[in-house]
Amino acid sequence: MSTVTADDVAVAVRPGFWTRDRKVGAGAVLFGVVAAALFGALATGADARFTISEDAGGAAVAIDGTLGAILFGLIAAAAGAALLAGVPTRWFTPLLGVAVVGVVLSFLCWQVSAAPAGQNFMPLVNIVRGTFILALPLIFGSLAGVLCERSGVVNVAIEGQLLMGAFCGALVGTIAANAWVGLVAAALGGALISLLLAVFTIRYLVDQVVMGIVLNLFAVGLTGFLYERLMQPDAAAYNQPPRFEAWPIPVLSDIPLLGPALFSGTIFLYLALVLVVVIHVALFRTRWGLRTRSVGEHPTAADTLGVKVLALRYRNVLLAGMVAGVGGASYTLALYTFTKNMIGGKGFIALAALIFGRWSPTGALLAALFFGFADQLGTYLSAINSKIPSEFLAMLPYLATLLAVAGLVGKVRAPAADGKPYIKG
Amino acid sequence: MEPGEIHALLGENGAGKSTLMNVLYGLLQPDEGEIIVDGRPLRVRGPGDAIAAGIGMVHQHFMLVPVFTVAENVMLGAEQVRGGFLGFLDRRRARRQVIEVSTRYNLRVDPDAVVEDLPVGVQQRVEIVKALTRDVDLLILDEPTAVLTPQETEELLAVMRALRESGKSIVFITHKLKEVKAIADRITVIRRGRVVGTAGPDASEDELAALMVGRTVSLLVDKGPARPGAPVLEIEGLVVDDDRSCRAVDGVDLTVRAGEVLGIAGVQGNGQTELIEALMGLRPILRGSVRLAGERIDGWPTKRVLRAGVGYVPEDRSVDGLVREFSVAENLVLDIYDQPPFGTGLVLRPDAIAASARKRIPEFDVRTPSAEAAVGTLSGGNQQKVIIAREMSRPLKLFVAAQPTRGVDVGSIEFIHRRIVHERDIGTAVLLVSSELDEVIGLADRIAVMYRGRILGIVGPETPREEIGLLMAGITGAVDGAGEAEPARPAGPGTPTPTGPAPADDPGNEEAR
Repeated sequence: MSTVTADDVAVAVRPGFWTRDRKVGAGAVLFGVVAAALFGALATGADARFTISEDAGGAAVAIDGTLGAILFGLIAAAAGAALLAGVPTRWFTPLLGVAVVGVVLSFLCWQVSAAPAGQNFMPLVNIVRGTFILALPLIFGSLAGVLCERSGVVNVAIEGQLLMGAFCGALVGTIAANAWVGLVAAALGGALISLLLAVFTIRYLVDQVVMGIVLNLFAVGLTGFLYERLMQPDAAAYNQPPRFEAWPIPVLSDIPLLGPALFSGTIFLYLALVLVVVIHVALFRTRWGLRTRSVGEHPTAADTLGVKVLALRYRNVLLAGMVAGVGGASYTLALYTFTKNMIGGKGFIALAALIFGRWSPTGALLAALFFGFADQLGTYLSAINSKIPSEFLAMLPYLATLLAVAGLVGKVRAPAADGKPYIKG
Repeated sequence: MEPGEIHALLGENGAGKSTLMNVLYGLLQPDEGEIIVDGRPLRVRGPGDAIAAGIGMVHQHFMLVPVFTVAENVMLGAEQVRGGFLGFLDRRRARRQVIEVSTRYNLRVDPDAVVEDLPVGVQQRVEIVKALTRDVDLLILDEPTAVLTPQETEELLAVMRALRESGKSIVFITHKLKEVKAIADRITVIRRGRVVGTAGPDASEDELAALMVGRTVSLLVDKGPARPGAPVLEIEGLVVDDDRSCRAVDGVDLTVRAGEVLGIAGVQGNGQTELIEALMGLRPILRGSVRLAGERIDGWPTKRVLRAGVGYVPEDRSVDGLVREFSVAENLVLDIYDQPPFGTGLVLRPDAIAASARKRIPEFDVRTPSAEAAVGTLSGGNQQKVIIAREMSRPLKLFVAAQPTRGVDVGSIEFIHRRIVHERDIGTAVLLVSSELDEVIGLADRIAVMYRGRILGIVGPETPREEIGLLMAGITGAVDGAGEAEPARPAGPGTPTPTGPAPADDPGNEEAR
């Protein structure tokens, strides 16, 4: 008996011309051409200088404004055209990156060259440093999200955790007159919100998203109340938190550009970067990480192998609260005194960074930096008296979030059991 | 249980086999009674205790994390670590362990493959390897053959024999009598949570079936010869993708005539689901055409397909077939709630809905406390009868039933089979999809075997099981000339060109003309 095995040729179906790559490519071409034409026309012939320092002096990269705006716009358009022509999928991300950077640079060439005389420069050190500072709460917040959601609990309460951390850090730090005590209190404050989230969603199976929103409102209400009754009447006693000073790291802080921006920060900056690496390694290389991911993907399977699903979820949610609490303290123990609702939506942008970064710590870091940059750009542009209204600039980070989360992510895959309570049996 | 014994646990769906084993494995806690291992009572508080006592289990629904590799799945819960407190994973040792166990018991698996990319048969091997790396003495296999082809089942039975040789005990849970007889040393039959009898492997199938059900059942479907009429459903060159945009249905041609049952046999996951969903307008059709009584229905919305005279029993009743929270009466009119007499304009007519329920509940033998009970509280068989009642109450040209008796007790199976045959006898075309080969052979007048999205052959129900089994495994050589239709194969001289403008240019069609 001769056996013939069915072969593997599939019936060909022509895929639609407008794949996701092509749509994005067309968008990039459009943006690039518009940038080249519009920004090129608006830019002046003055040099746009990008200085590697905090002021106009020092080494700089300079380019003629009009030329730069057109050139970078066309580079973006070219990257888009390559996508439109149908390059292999692995080129998608790099080309998209080129297109985005091209449009941003084209825009900057216009803005910097059109700034009032004497201000035709962009101090890159300030920009990079500002980006990191503004991204700090986002990094902590999205790491908190990673810890929670990788183990299957949706964390919408990042905002509340950040706020509680900021508040507890300020209050306890002031009373104890010690920043370290404040830092510990901030971590515990974040953990308190997490504890509520954990008990209600894991033990009592309340919907995780609803619970997260309730907790955000709870944190705003509680800290707002205490702020008005306690901090406002007697700020000296309750709201003068000690500050962590900047700790320049020897040698490293002397590197041009990166040194002053990255290695002359406060403990929070170092902590954030270290945490990104630690959580990334832990998640993908250790027993804890393997179990955490299994619980977030398929809790029943983990349970049948003797992994304590609920205990692990409790632990990770609490850990997430502590991380976010420290993130909140990066406001009150390094920058400002506490004010009502001072997080102002950063927790939600951290959530967006988590999704944009595909639930990975390094991805979340990059996304947080991207949002931080958009924020910093707004500040810079209003400083050089840009013709663009400041209200529009204030909108930039949110616009960037919207575009990033809605359009560029493609098919992201959340942990399979994310948001689903685990009921034994 | 004796060491080195294969003990079969036999019972209907819902008889309590899986529950018993879940208690043994620590997933559920016993209300009373105790478990005795090696003469000592054992208290199993969780799966960890069970594993420590040397008990391993392969669950009916695989307990594998789809995005992990085989090695990661195997080591989960019993990780080899370095670095003490930090607990860094020792992947190399885990891989070595997988390779070692899989060669020792001849269970071929690649430790670095990602589980979701593996076919079910291989996933099952991973499950067995996972249990074996934990040094189990007792292995529980819960319905292991439900997802396997007859050939894969043979392989599994061989592995089980090898395990028995090496002194391991196996509890083999199933409701398939043939397999039990083939391998078991002892058989325990369970019905409604009680042990109703034990038997040796020499007991006859009829005896075992009677024990299982508590009365004699006819294992054969009683039906007369079919009287096929004009073609009702004509499918040509159908191509459909699954949710992951992988090709699921790959150029299927099928014709179902009035008054016949066409059964689609095949191991689950070979495109049957997608084929049916495409037919019903639930999934986009990439290419090809579907005609109902001569009229093209591809691209129609589901509601229009149903209204055109198609009855549909979806394969997952709790997700697609019923609204679990709604009452039986409401579920019975889900298809026509907006039409008189049940609804006019914006208004529903509860009295008409209740009247229809009073009529149909006895007609279809739905056992429910009342017409107002939520459907989700009914047993699987009665839920399925509610769907059958609803779908058969419209005038039908075509009846599509996907896995109509999955998770249904034997009594209800008999009833559902009779209704399907009845529907055929009054001149409806019936398209039946089932992964139970026996069901297809018993009901169908013609059997189309589906493999990797294609119909490999259409055979008569008198074809030997082995031959159909080979087809289900994708081996076509054995059945030349037996089928009425050539395997749907548009293998033109050149490889298929992605630029072929329209289905009309399909080289396969040209060859056929």
